[in-house]
Formats: sequence, structure tokens, C-alpha cells
Amino acid sequence: MVDIPEHLLLRSAEARAKALGISVEQALAEMKGESNPTVVAEEPEVVEIAIPEPVEAEAPAPVETPAAEETPAPAKEEAPAPAKAETPAPAKEEAPAPAKAETPAPAKAPAEAKTDTPEEVDFAPEVKVTQRLLTVVKAKPIQKASGEPVDKVNTWPHLMLPEFISLMAMMAFLILLSAILNAPLLEEANPNITPNPAKAPWYFLGLQEALSYWDPQIAGVMIPLVIGLIGFAAIPYIDRNPENHPSKRKYAIMMFTFFLAGAGTLTIIGVLFRGPGWNWTYPWIDGIWFDDLLDWIYFE
Amino acid sequence: MAKLTLRERFKQGAAGSGDSLRGSKFASSIFRPGSPFRKGYSDSPRNRSYVVMNNVLYHLHPVKVKRHGVRLSYTLCLGGMSFFLFIVLTITGIWLMFYFRPTEMAYADIQALQTSVAFGSLVRNMHRWGAHLMVLVVFLHMSRVFYHGAYKAPREFNWVIGVILLFLTLFLSFTGYLLPWDQLAIWAVTVGGNMASYTPVFGAQIKFGLFAGLEATTATLLRFYVLHVLFFPFIIVIFMAIHFWRVRKDGGISGPL
Repeated sequence: MVDIPEHLLLRSAEARAKALGISVEQALAEMKGESNPTVVAEEPEVVEIAIPEPVEAEAPAPVETPAAEETPAPAKEEAPAPAKAETPAPAKEEAPAPAKAETPAPAKAPAEAKTDTPEEVDFAPEVKVTQRLLTVVKAKPIQKASGEPVDKVNTWPHLMLPEFISLMAMMAFLILLSAILNAPLLEEANPNITPNPAKAPWYFLGLQEALSYWDPQIAGVMIPLVIGLIGFAAIPYIDRNPENHPSKRKYAIMMFTFFLAGAGTLTIIGVLFRGPGWNWTYPWIDGIWFDDLLDWIYFE
Repeated sequence: MAKLTLRERFKQGAAGSGDSLRGSKFASSIFRPGSPFRKGYSDSPRNRSYVVMNNVLYHLHPVKVKRHGVRLSYTLCLGGMSFFLFIVLTITGIWLMFYFRPTEMAYADIQALQTSVAFGSLVRNMHRWGAHLMVLVVFLHMSRVFYHGAYKAPREFNWVIGVILLFLTLFLSFTGYLLPWDQLAIWAVTVGGNMASYTPVFGAQIKFGLFAGLEATTATLLRFYVLHVLFFPFIIVIFMAIHFWRVRKDGGISGPL
């Protein structure tokens, strides 16, 4: 049982009072079921619409285009039979089609108005009046939610503050590092003096180490190009497992960890354990043969 | 007047300070609605959205992000760090360009920079350690993304962009390695160039193109300089733009696990 708000009830009572020519109080009382509903004598006359007979429609038209265009309009209002006769057979389909479409609506309206039975008034059964004036529309969302709602937070401040703090921490670390440790600068470049060992930048030292085991075609080209660039880029297209929890993708994680461990080991060997002639050295016995770390080694 | 703690006094002072200045037409022409620097800023959901929407830099972010993605332990902020290091490297790099000529004078310029330019040594150190750090952070970022399975649909292509970015970072670092023009630089690059020469079929041509000759000379220095300060930054910025754009288009951060 829906409680109709007082102001809506009042508004509909006013409208009903105006329509029937009774007082607002009377209309309100009727709507609350306190008095019998006013019987309205002059119900809007229902005009029976003469549906043009198919035979008439099919008759060949003595084409008068302007007349044909105008005819549908009067047909809607009253569709008087004599008018039909005067303009014999308007355009073949146009006139009958709108007339047919219109007929059910006016025909039903009086039926509704007359039968103000409680069954039709689902929100207030005891009200014995017409409910044409007030419609209660069931609340429905105007958008359809397609997908799970996601727990979200405002970017400002929940993301940007931690971000800002991390960046400042990184900046502080970088400035501190740069204040303590100097970037290496050896003697001027001299193509005639080859240092021993000559080492690549640290991120290529794993490769350089691999070069000392395998043929350069394999270690110098196949590994960086095929595994490094193409293989890595193809990972999402090779691994079609949709799961992303580590426990459900053990094989992928194992492979990647295996690769990381291998690359890390080779790099560390290349940086720390290789000395003159690319021979094995121990950093704690023979020292570190990597000039990029010069200032780190002799740091006091 | 009641005695205020330092914190309260600070808050009061900050709230009221410069209100006439911040409320002026000039100030409000600079700071768009939602800026915390604008007069009358209050902490409301609407203003929180405006902070992001109405700022060209913050606009990289969406207004709202998934709650689990905000946790520092999820991303470790590695992607943000990479970008931030790139910006630091760009700024310090432009500064270093004022004092550097990619000619026979390169080595002397670096020496002069370290000894007779104010903060020259510090900025050079920052540029170098920052570059090493960036290689490391980009690599860690990639590993993080892998372990979270964040490369899976619909993010496959952004992973490919990311791999390209990793390689561009390596190229940037490698081309910068030669620029001090000392023994460390020239021989490291020679070793690297020799690796490139093992490429089947075009090995010798690649090395020749890279070195602008058969071995590392000042012509190589100029070539690496242009690649380092212009070519690769230009390329990497394009790929970064695509990378960031795709992060948002593919539905923000992945997960939760």
C-alpha cells in the first residue's frame, strides 16, 4: 500500500475538481473514499470512427495529390463518413492506415474512465475514483550497470600523495648518492691503449659474459634479439592463461624467474668476477675490475 | 587568546595567509577551479575531482583509481619512478649540454665541468647515477608487471610498448656512455659495438653505421651525441605517451591479484 504524498493528492484533487466543475474539498473527499464519486453526465462523446472499407480503398484513385495529403487529418478527428464520400478514395494506403492506428486509443479511453474498479488502482484500493490524473511510475535506473562495481578512491589525494612522497624520496636518494659518489672519469680516450679487461656498461655485461662461453652469433645476436626483444615482446601472446594470481601461473613465473636469475648471475659474474684476460677473479682477493664502480671501490 | 600548539598555529596561518592575494582576479586567472592554491578551496569530492581534471600535468591520471592500486606495495611506484627519473635526466642533461662539445674538446669540457663549474660535478653525478638507476628501475618495473600478470588481456600491446621502452632506455644509456670521452667510455662502447657486429649478414654495416667508421672516433662521438640528446629522447617520448595513454584506455592498473 503506497502512501500518496499529501501535495500530490491535493494537486490531483484540484485537477479533478477543475475537470468536473466541483469543489476541491469535494474532490479530495472523493479521492479519500469519504464520499461517493460524482457521476459525470457529460462524458466526452465517443465518436465511432467509420473505418473505410477495403473495397473503397482499393478503388483506383483519380489522383489528386493535395487532397490526398489533407485527408488523413480530418480522418483522425472524427472521420465523418460524408467527408469520405466527397473525396472519393484518397491515396490508396495512406488514409486507412492512420485511421486504423488511431481507432483503438479513443475507443479504450471511455472504457477506462467508466470502470474505476479497485483492481486497476493498485496503490490505493479503497479509493474509488479515477486515477487518470496521477500516475505512480516505478523507479528504475536510467542506466544499465554492466559489470561489477569497482572499489575506487579519488586520485587526489590517495594516489598523488604517495606518488609525490616516493618521487621526493627518490630525488633525495639520488642527490645524496651524487653528493657522496663521483661518476668515474679516467684518462682521455686513446684508441691505441686497450685496457685489460675492456668491459661494456653493466647492463651488457651479462651478454659479454655469455659471449665468453658461446659463439658470438648465438650469444651476441640470438640472445639479445630473439630472446630479449622478440621473445619478451611476445610473452602476452604466448602465455594465454588468463589467470593472474601467482598460484595459478606457476610455470610462467618459474620461467621468468629462471631467466632473471640467469641474467642476474651472468651480470654479477661479468661485473665482479672477471679480471684481466676475462679470467676468473675474486673481488675480495684480486679487487674489482670494473671502472664504473671506481669511486665505490675507493670510497672512504 | 588561548595558547595554540605549533601545529594549530601553522594550520591557521596557512589557511588565512595571502587570502587577499589568492582571492585576486589575477590569482584566480592562474589557478583553475579545484586548485588547492585557489582561495576558498575546500576538501570535497567535487574539488578532489577538479584537482585532477583541471590540471594539465595531473590529467595523466584519471579522477578515480582502484583502491588496491593505490597501495605502494602493489606497484612500488616503479613506473612513476621511471618517468620521474626520465624527467630528472632530461633536466640535468639539458644543463650539461651548456658545457659540453662533442668534439676533441669533450674530455676537456668534462674536466672543466667537474672543476670550475658551480655544481658541475653534482649535476654530472646525478645524470650518471640517475641513468643507471633508470635502467634498473625500468627493469624492475617490467619484472613487477610480469609477476602481477599485468600483461594479460587487454594489456598485451602495452607490454610490447613497454619492452620497446626498455630497449630505448638501454640505447639512451649506451649512447650516453661514450660522451665523457675517457678510456672507460670509448672501450665500453667499442665492446658494445663489437657485439653488434656479430649480427648475421649486416653485422659489419651496423657497426660501421653506429661508429661512423671502423672504430670509435670523434665522428662516433658526434653521432652518439645526436642520438643521445635528440633522436632517442624524441622516440622514447612518443612511446611513453602511447604507454601512458594505453594504461588508461586498458582500464587503469591491473589486478587485484
